[in-house]
Amino acid sequence: MSALVFTLRNAPTQRVDVGMLNPTALAGQSVADIAAIRLSVGRTTPSVGELFDIAGDDVGDIVFRAGCDRLERIGAGMKSGRISVEGDAGAYVGQGLLGGVITISGSAGAFCASGMKGGRIEIAGNVGDAAGGAIPGDMKGMAGGLLLVAGNAGERLGDRMRRGQILVSGNAGDFCGTRMIAGTIAVAGSVGAYPGYLMKRGTLIVTGTPAQLVPGFVDCGPHRLGFLSLLYASWKGLPGAFGALDTGACTVRRYMGDMSVSGRGELLVRG
Amino acid sequence: MIINGVAIDDTFAEAFGMRGTRLIITAHNETWALNSANALTGFATSVIGCGAEAGIERLLAPPETPDGRPGVSVLLFAMSSKELIKQVERRVGQCVLTSPTSAVFAGLDEGDPVPLGKTLRYFGDGFQTSKQIAGKRYWRVPVMDGEFLVQDTARMVRAVGGGNFLVLADSQVQALEACEAAIVEMRKLPDVAMPFPGGVVRSGSKVGSKYKALSASTNDAFCPTLRGATKSELDERIGAVLEIVIDGLTDASVKKAMEVGMRAVCGIGAAGGIRRLSAGNYGGKLGQFQYHLREILS
Repeated sequence: MSALVFTLRNAPTQRVDVGMLNPTALAGQSVADIAAIRLSVGRTTPSVGELFDIAGDDVGDIVFRAGCDRLERIGAGMKSGRISVEGDAGAYVGQGLLGGVITISGSAGAFCASGMKGGRIEIAGNVGDAAGGAIPGDMKGMAGGLLLVAGNAGERLGDRMRRGQILVSGNAGDFCGTRMIAGTIAVAGSVGAYPGYLMKRGTLIVTGTPAQLVPGFVDCGPHRLGFLSLLYASWKGLPGAFGALDTGACTVRRYMGDMSVSGRGELLVRG
Repeated sequence: MIINGVAIDDTFAEAFGMRGTRLIITAHNETWALNSANALTGFATSVIGCGAEAGIERLLAPPETPDGRPGVSVLLFAMSSKELIKQVERRVGQCVLTSPTSAVFAGLDEGDPVPLGKTLRYFGDGFQTSKQIAGKRYWRVPVMDGEFLVQDTARMVRAVGGGNFLVLADSQVQALEACEAAIVEMRKLPDVAMPFPGGVVRSGSKVGSKYKALSASTNDAFCPTLRGATKSELDERIGAVLEIVIDGLTDASVKKAMEVGMRAVCGIGAAGGIRRLSAGNYGGKLGQFQYHLREILS
């Protein structure tokens, strides 16, 4: 068996929901069945076979070739298996992901990993706004798993995040970790204005004191936090800035906040 | 059977099913990890009076511990799951949480749950926070020297308690030195703890007593000073008897520890004043496990 490869024939004129083209949803289906699945593109419903050239037959290992930012909900609800995107991906990558691995060689759109509960998403490029965040109407964003971003993240990274880890090797935009309920976000580069705004609990790890801090964060001073050595050890070997952290370098400056809500969150400033 | 002049009695040690767990205590340095571990395993010689039996399994180098600091592996045993849970909570709460720079982790990955940080976290008075790292939950409890890091749940397994052997020697000093040598070798083994002070016990007991309030009393048959006055197991050459009690996470680990310990004693042999090896049992009626000395040493 070889990987099931969907090669985009032409860039679609409108957004395409390809969420059902994941290993869990396609389990047990033949290539002919898959080619006949109807997708929504605006008011039209072309079949998978009309949009993509299809090769291979292993539905547990899916490749989107010639990726495009109009392919949305890639890997949504997937429980296991692997999806690789060669190129960019649209919004809602890994929405409600339960398990398995999604890798994007380009960049991903907004709301990547929203509602994700398990598994792993690796983005070689950048992610759009509200990665790991809650979509409008949802009470919480990411609820488990690992989101790895090699590039930069947009605004409101991890908005209403409940559990899981987001590691950004580049920079993050404004309101990083806003309304965070729990979980861990680490940013190796710079963060924009007001990280942790209305944050209830959870951990925001940044490098260098943010230029614009929410007034609701209070300085608790530099401390050695033992849990960081376990955290760093669990990241050992990951691609990007966090895979080679010194597990003994656990001293950080701790800010607690946002005191305008429960104030049990923390902003940890490294180095 | 005689090994190096030491007669091996045709008898067996009788041991019981217990519940056991392993905890990993770490600290800023080995001294403070040991301070904490010694407190936790203190007053844990016998379930009869202590509720638990515990001992230090071994020291752990920084690369072997979850947080990369010097550590100590300790084993705790109790007669029931409920009692073990109670003992772990009390002992970790009073001896590890209180100890500067300490952290404590589960030392077993499989088995029934034993609440660890799950209950101790309330000391944090609402300031405690949890973290899930690599599929395991930890609690960070703020304390006056920083944070007490404790894993949410430890694990307990069905274990064995009460493996033992008796060292019968010409003199008290010779018996003690032989036991010391045995303990040195036995402490190199995994999954076992020798819970008595220094691993050695002198007050072996028999079941029952002339006093109604006592369920156990001195093992007069092995008391040298009573040789002429009781139905003694000792001949005129024996001046002292000491016992080594072994608790282990598995049947095989207890058996192995007995073998290693007894061989160390036999290595000293009759030239060192060691005359016999025997074992404590209750006629095979009470314990689930029997360790026949000659079978182990054959």
